[in-house]
Amino acid sequence: MLDAAFMSRWMTATAAAVGREETRLTDLDSAIGDADHGANLRRGFTAVSATLDKETPDTPGAVLALAGRQLISTVGGASGPLYGTLLRRTGKALGDAAEVTREQLAEALGAGVAAVGQLGGAAAGDKTMLDALLPAVEALGRSFAAAAEAAEAGALATVPLRARKGRASYLGERSVGHQDPGATSAALLVGALVEAAA
Amino acid sequence: MSGAKGPVGVVLVSHSAAVAAAVADLARGLAGGGATAPVAPAGGLPDGGFGTSEELIVAAAGSVDRGSGVAVLADLGSAVLTVKALLAEGELPSGARLLDAPFVEGAVAAVVTASAGADLAAVEAAASEAYDYRKV
Repeated sequence: MLDAAFMSRWMTATAAAVGREETRLTDLDSAIGDADHGANLRRGFTAVSATLDKETPDTPGAVLALAGRQLISTVGGASGPLYGTLLRRTGKALGDAAEVTREQLAEALGAGVAAVGQLGGAAAGDKTMLDALLPAVEALGRSFAAAAEAAEAGALATVPLRARKGRASYLGERSVGHQDPGATSAALLVGALVEAAA
Repeated sequence: MSGAKGPVGVVLVSHSAAVAAAVADLARGLAGGGATAPVAPAGGLPDGGFGTSEELIVAAAGSVDRGSGVAVLADLGSAVLTVKALLAEGELPSGARLLDAPFVEGAVAAVVTASAGADLAAVEAAASEAYDYRKV
């Protein structure tokens, strides 16, 4: 079963991964975006991590809701409301339970991903974070490792796609051949589940 | 209704503090001739950098709310997304609405219309109509 401490570890591991990969995220974003994805996400997840050092809410849902709020208020770019909505809606979908199963997390994450799609008006294949998150949700029913692999594969699969959302969409055909930074950071988030479970 | 409520407020959310402030000035200037509706810019990050700040948007919306609704205009991707996320979470004053309108033209239309005492639906319609004016 997954409790509030698990969700805190998940967020802390994501913060560490984003910190490690900041340069890579920014390099990917400098190719088709405005070169701030790494710095923005590091700022956001550092704030999440610092908040969770001071207070740990009682339930898994509350941890994710708190993290989502921090992201919206500190990131400063589009990934703030997108990741913030993802975590808040996932948290809300988990409700007040003190512990949840991996299957319940998969279902709640599915609700969070759907909310992100609605907020950004994006779908699978648009070269966005959804291309990593949708297969991850699908695989999370099997295991954390399967979800991490699916997210990683989904991020890689954005390379040949043409961006249809966000700043990269202004580039049209020139966005082809570059891995999407949002899908890449989403794979880091999902990969951190494996560390939290270890 | 008693009519005691004030005009619709307008919030201008831009990635740039200078853009938000300048568009607010422009809209107020073009709406001039009498009292203008309350307009608040919410541009950039609190430290002055480019970006979108939830904190600044929430504060701006609160500052222009006179009980008749708040019309929010936003410029690029993350500004739009942040406003939508705040609305979805109920963190803006009740009656706050994101307008589907071009930023500068929509802001002028919204402030002129709100200053004339129109309700939120009329302000929204005026701002959206700015899309109908083709430049070429």
